[in-house]
Amino acid sequence: MNAAPIHIAGERLMLDPAGVLHWPARRLLCVADLHLEKGSAFAARGRLVPPYDSRETLARLVPLLRRYRPRRVVFLGDSFHDRDGAARLPAQERAMLVQALNGAEAVWVAGNHDPVAPEGLPGQAVEAWAEGPLAFRHIPTPRATGEIAGHLHPKATAPTRAGGVCRPCFVTDARRVLMPAFGAYTGGLDIGDAAIASLFPRGGRSFLLGPERLYSFPLAGRGPVRTGAPDLFAEAP
Amino acid sequence: MRTLPEPFAGWFAARGWSPRPHQMALLDAAARDEHVLLLAPTGGGKTLAGFLPSLLDLAAHPREGLHTIYISPLKALAVDIARNLTAPVAEMGLPISIETRTGDTPVNRRQRQRERPPNLLLTTPESLTLLLSLPDAPEMFAGLSAIVVDEAHALAGTKRGDQLALCMSRLAALAPRARRVGLSATVAHPQALRAWLSPTARADDVRLVETRGGAAPVFDLQLPEGHLPWGGHMGLASAPEIYRRIEAARVTIVFVNTRAQAELIFAALWRLNEAALPIAMHHGSLEIGLRRKVEAAMAVGRLRAVVATASLDLGIDWGDVDQVIQVGAPKGVSRLLQRVGRANHRMDEPSRAVLVPANRFEVVECVAATEAVEAGDLDGEPPRPGGLDVLAQHVLAMACSAPFRPDELYAEVTHAGPYAALSRRDFEDVVRFVEDGGYALQAYDRFRRLFRDAEGLLHVRGTWVARQLRMNLGTIVETPLLKVRLRGAGVLGEVEEWFVSTLEPGDCFLFGGQVLRYERLEPAAVIVSRGGEGEPRVPVYAGARMPLTTYLAARVRAILHDPRRWKHLPEPVREWLRLQRLKSELPPRDGLLVETFPRGGKWFLVAYTFEGRLAHQTLGMLVTKRMEKLGMGPLGYVGTDYVLAIWSAFEPTDVQALFTEDILGDEMEEWLAESSMLRRTFRNIATIAGLIEKSHPGAEKSGRQMTMNSDLIYDVLRRHQPDHILLRATRAEAAQGLTDVARLATLLARVQGRIRHRVLDRVSPLAVPALIEEGREWVPGGAEDALLAEAAALVEEATDGAEHFTEALAEVTESIPVRGTSIARAKARDRRRSRHIRGAPKMVTGR
Repeated sequence: MNAAPIHIAGERLMLDPAGVLHWPARRLLCVADLHLEKGSAFAARGRLVPPYDSRETLARLVPLLRRYRPRRVVFLGDSFHDRDGAARLPAQERAMLVQALNGAEAVWVAGNHDPVAPEGLPGQAVEAWAEGPLAFRHIPTPRATGEIAGHLHPKATAPTRAGGVCRPCFVTDARRVLMPAFGAYTGGLDIGDAAIASLFPRGGRSFLLGPERLYSFPLAGRGPVRTGAPDLFAEAP
Repeated sequence: MRTLPEPFAGWFAARGWSPRPHQMALLDAAARDEHVLLLAPTGGGKTLAGFLPSLLDLAAHPREGLHTIYISPLKALAVDIARNLTAPVAEMGLPISIETRTGDTPVNRRQRQRERPPNLLLTTPESLTLLLSLPDAPEMFAGLSAIVVDEAHALAGTKRGDQLALCMSRLAALAPRARRVGLSATVAHPQALRAWLSPTARADDVRLVETRGGAAPVFDLQLPEGHLPWGGHMGLASAPEIYRRIEAARVTIVFVNTRAQAELIFAALWRLNEAALPIAMHHGSLEIGLRRKVEAAMAVGRLRAVVATASLDLGIDWGDVDQVIQVGAPKGVSRLLQRVGRANHRMDEPSRAVLVPANRFEVVECVAATEAVEAGDLDGEPPRPGGLDVLAQHVLAMACSAPFRPDELYAEVTHAGPYAALSRRDFEDVVRFVEDGGYALQAYDRFRRLFRDAEGLLHVRGTWVARQLRMNLGTIVETPLLKVRLRGAGVLGEVEEWFVSTLEPGDCFLFGGQVLRYERLEPAAVIVSRGGEGEPRVPVYAGARMPLTTYLAARVRAILHDPRRWKHLPEPVREWLRLQRLKSELPPRDGLLVETFPRGGKWFLVAYTFEGRLAHQTLGMLVTKRMEKLGMGPLGYVGTDYVLAIWSAFEPTDVQALFTEDILGDEMEEWLAESSMLRRTFRNIATIAGLIEKSHPGAEKSGRQMTMNSDLIYDVLRRHQPDHILLRATRAEAAQGLTDVARLATLLARVQGRIRHRVLDRVSPLAVPALIEEGREWVPGGAEDALLAEAAALVEEATDGAEHFTEALAEVTESIPVRGTSIARAKARDRRRSRHIRGAPKMVTGR
């Protein structure tokens, strides 16, 4: 796995192709939009989708925690799909998460889906997290500098000679990082959509996730902003 | 011989008609209380034959309540038949009420129909399912005497047919005395159709009434003047000849194979239309009001021609059509006959049809099809077993109607033909899926849709279950569509969402016979204006093309192989085949010819398999997987109806090792796991089974947080519970229809030890059409990341690393763009147009 270094507000950050951000100087790991227990949230409304999403999401997250051994883990909001999600997390998954967080400080940034502190999990719940020159927020703010945010679930379609290849991605410019959604049941919003494009008026770069590495493509600055086709499967931000 | 009672006899006589033998045969069957299947060509008074026993019965014994339910695959047909029945019933003064019930029926009338049902109710499989899911279904259907299924051949073997068969089983439980009457075109497998219709799933319990076709149809082969195209499927080169034939006839239907082709042919005809003949177009994506207008104009004889797709294959009787032109290859014998039958709707005169092949292979196919018609042969696959997704929907619908015992419901559904062989295990798994999702991890106890009472009856948990069912009802899953709205003029029809995503504002495209300029996107609608600059593009719709039937493929192979049978082929085609014999060899009848040759820095492998597009796409996936293992560096492939062509970095040497039966083992498993086809199949199955919500156009905006990407569910489920009932259903369905695996297995078995490998130094004449074919697939999986890496590396440069066959061989293709061709522009458009937006399989990204 080759993480890509970027510099924001003078700090060197590593974008990991698994979709997490690592800040080596602070031994901080950041992950956005886990949407744990999204499956059971659907089930509660009568759509009995497979209940394995939390297990799947955590199975991907735990090895990353093990590898980076962070001092601090910033969960960038929408860690649970709804405010009761943490209470519904099955015992086995809960144990998995607690054990993996052992030795690290967990920071639960509030998201619009989970504006409350996660029940029965270690760590502190905050509205936003400031550290050094960086601000960690769920919802990105226009014209912010040194901001790490999630919420929008960016994905991009890269043109290749065999047609477009669509992947979740990081989007960055010199001021901010927009994180991909990490959860197993999280869809994406195209980076051409006005909600994302307007955050990068002077353009930037997208980093598409791959199994071994990231694929970087430039992001054009704001010309006429195109609203993407409504993505029927997109997660509502 | 029985005679008709009054007032029927008088009514027939007043029109100078006498009842036809099959109409009397159906009366006899009714008198003996027999179920009956009527096979007759179009225009034989089939529908009247189906209704006559009910009309006679109701005339003799007038009564309140539902007597006969009529089910048609088309809403429009139900409406049309209601009109056709109402007239004679009124003229004879019969006390019979007739109504339709479809998705378009207003709410107040639906309510009234539930309280006071008409004597004859004309409906569709979807509306019938809905009626049966209501708690008052037992009262409504208790007195039912007859079930009439129209166009049964178009329903049996499809998911709608599965649904209808299950509904008929329920009707048999509610009204055990109801007779079944199937009306169908002539089919290749009458036994299977009888079993589908039968209340016991046994063919013998349905009497078969067959009418001999009238005079055999007369075919003409129409070639373009000048050069006979090598490739392409549109047939535009023949537009002048088609126009001349329209001028010479009274009323013509010009049948085409796809909606895109309809647009192009229609545009081409209007450019030639100096006499301003009234020529219209009819296809499934046009707004329904426009379609009705065209149908009405056709019915009163105001049109000289209509360019139509399969949307006109069935149903409505347009008396006066005297010529049918089929543009492009017919793809199947039965399909051709059905279309030809639209002309001259009288059984005693021959139908006339003109076949217009678009390329050389299609010429051979057209000749093979006409020979098959002359020989009286039909094709068509025997019906497959019923889908488990449809069963899941049915189980939920029945639970909404009344609490049920699994034992009793199992007995009921296994009386439906498509489910006769349903195992108890599959049934139980489907019921469990409906109950709580059927997951090994018992996480959803609180969220069950059904609960069991102390007596073992299953109940629904609340009224929301029925609401949810109604939102998801039906077995037709549309690809996401967007309305096309003309500024200031309303909706013209629909295009697929992916097509819109390839458009930039200012681009123009051809739709509904007009050039439209793309302005902007609004939620669920594309806003367009008239006119626009540059070459218009043509919307293409997924899954539009029918594959060549096995039967017709065998006939094509037989003709190619045997020069003595070339005498019916036109000279350019004979010349082409002679050249092939000289430069390479002719594909053998039973073996397999494989050619390999270098071209443009790559190696090509062309296999003359003749198994249809679907089978070839699957085969392409499998063979390229094997080539990867053998280090041949496959790059991509294309499957046409006739051949499979693969290009690779290194020379494919041991071709025997590529076409062995074991590629259906390991490679198949691997491929299935990643295949986008399987993902699409899963999406449909998950929607029909009620796992994910059906997309309702216009509702996306508010409902977005509720929807869930089926690909994500598929990935998670496959990893955590690979034997889940919906994954089993997905694999079974893919193996049957979508991927044509059965056809491949037969092919590979047939050719073992009979593979002829020709190493050539250049492309052979028969291989040319494949190399200029559109719609290539690229080797998936690992290649996707290789492609991304390449694209990322090239991103600042012009990304011209694409294939250039289209350009290199442009001189031998027909021009697809509507106006003059500019290669540079075409290239730029090709890139944007690329159809295959790949979603990331989570397995590949390792996420």
